[in-house]
Amino acid sequence: MQGSGFKSLATVKSGNKHNRKRVGLYLKSVFCLLLLSFLTSRVNVVYIDRSGERIPVKAKVGDNVLYLAHKHGIDLEGEGACEASLACSTCHVYVNSAHLDKLPEPEEREDDMLDMAPMLQENSRLGCQIILTPDLDGIELTLPKVTRNFYVDGHVPKPH
Amino acid sequence: PKVCIIGSGPAGFYTAQHLIKACQDVEVDIYERLPVPFGLVRFGVAPDHPEVKNVINTFTQTAKHSRCSFYGNVNVGKDVTVGELQGAYHAVVLSYGAEGNRRMGVPGEDLPGVYSAKDFVGWYNGLPSCRELKPDLSCETAVILGQGNVALDVARILLSPSDILKKTDIAQPALEALAESRVRKVLIVGRRGPMQVACTIKELREMVNLPGTRPEMVTADFEGVSEALKDVPRPRKRLTDLLLKTALDAPGDKELERRRNAAKVWGFLFYRSPTEILADPGCSRTAGIRLAVNRLEGSGDAARAVLTGEVEDVSCGLVISSIGYKSLPIDPAVPFDSRRAVVPNSVGRVHQAAGLYCSGWLKTGPTGVIATTMNNSFDTARSLLEDMDSGALDVSAAKPGSQAVSSLLEERGVKPVTFSDWEKIDSLETRRGEARGKPREKLLSVEEMLKAART
Repeated sequence: MQGSGFKSLATVKSGNKHNRKRVGLYLKSVFCLLLLSFLTSRVNVVYIDRSGERIPVKAKVGDNVLYLAHKHGIDLEGEGACEASLACSTCHVYVNSAHLDKLPEPEEREDDMLDMAPMLQENSRLGCQIILTPDLDGIELTLPKVTRNFYVDGHVPKPH
Repeated sequence: PKVCIIGSGPAGFYTAQHLIKACQDVEVDIYERLPVPFGLVRFGVAPDHPEVKNVINTFTQTAKHSRCSFYGNVNVGKDVTVGELQGAYHAVVLSYGAEGNRRMGVPGEDLPGVYSAKDFVGWYNGLPSCRELKPDLSCETAVILGQGNVALDVARILLSPSDILKKTDIAQPALEALAESRVRKVLIVGRRGPMQVACTIKELREMVNLPGTRPEMVTADFEGVSEALKDVPRPRKRLTDLLLKTALDAPGDKELERRRNAAKVWGFLFYRSPTEILADPGCSRTAGIRLAVNRLEGSGDAARAVLTGEVEDVSCGLVISSIGYKSLPIDPAVPFDSRRAVVPNSVGRVHQAAGLYCSGWLKTGPTGVIATTMNNSFDTARSLLEDMDSGALDVSAAKPGSQAVSSLLEERGVKPVTFSDWEKIDSLETRRGEARGKPREKLLSVEEMLKAART
């Protein structure tokens, strides 16, 4: 514990002995809280897979949503084709409205690749670009259903 | 059950991947004509798009699965027939893509200086059959017909600084030829207008930001375009916004300076269709292209180009037609729709051919990115699995699989390349690349590939 270090810092900064003690205690508890929150920085995530099944996952701050899904065996197949390099849209997910605005704005390159995703919606994001933070606790990520009829003969050609 | 897949590009590998994952006792054998796997991922994706090639890691995992085997250097249709494969396997999946190209169908199309984008791309990507292309890059202007991503890839490779290209896996002879290239202007021509371009925003942005180049377009071509953007879906809106900005907006100081210093020019030419490739009198080399002027009837994707009767000649020494790849039939026993150039099918089940399936471009036509082909291939695999479950596909009798095919091939003097043989080729290419600061130095002929495979 860095307590003694903080204490001496507090000593330099304040003159009054009573105040010194209080500031030292304050700094110690802030540090404890930070350490505690880091160690227990669980983020609860719910994936809703292509069949509609809800899969709750306990994740950590800093986890990548695409690799988290892989780790928990969620729709492994086909996602992350370009390995998170913003060169495909296979990790396309829908984000629930309560958490959508908590995500940082997509960079231009992500928006460019999202444009290629079938069934694009207002709440579409690329899973490989979502890194979990504490305020994303409870986030729900829905995998788009890619319907069988999407590629029936006569389908409008897509660019390549 | 034993399944045979013909073609080792994304379609073949994604079909194999899904089958192996979904059914614990399916064995899959992938046959490939070349000694090397991966199809257009190796020979089509541009050298400066290495991230797109990351799918190779997934395909490698599939190939190394205990229930998957790769047989390269086997020409289906010549070394072994589809009928013989159907005899050896419970099901055969046709995934051999589109190795031909749509022709423009205009006089002069076969003049020196005119190439299909398929061949030009094959040339800079080291496809053995395109080794001798030797395109003449001594002219100032190149005209590309077509405005899809392949057309933009070609334009970008033609105009990219050598400093960028030399760090990619571009074929060495192409790198050397492009370093000497005198091409300074590239026109990318389309029949219709700005709202019908088939390319996507990532590739357009790469052109706009290409070092040493500046854009030059015809302002009049964009009349009415920004008004038409109101109700258009997001992808088309963002793409058209970027196109409008590039063509019409006055650039800021920094961009103005960059453009002033640019020695190379590129631009889209709209509402033009080729009617003839022109040669100088007495000379049989490309000197220009005659373009018919169109107007648009209708709007959006369904808009049609209609001739106005006017024509325009553009001087150029290089013409590259990028108007579509095209599938070719490889075995008369396989049903083939020559009008649409696909194998007739419903969700991957070939019509009037039990036990025969298809996936990838051979199934849907030659459009779509790797992810499109992935979904298409999963659909075919699902159809095959459904048929196994329902009994529509009879898997009750044992089939000999690769054992029977290997005997036939041996009799015929054909020696397949295994996946570990490919890994020797891969290793050699990677080592040679390291010496040059490239991710790999591709072997450019089948002979060299086989030699490396047999060490």
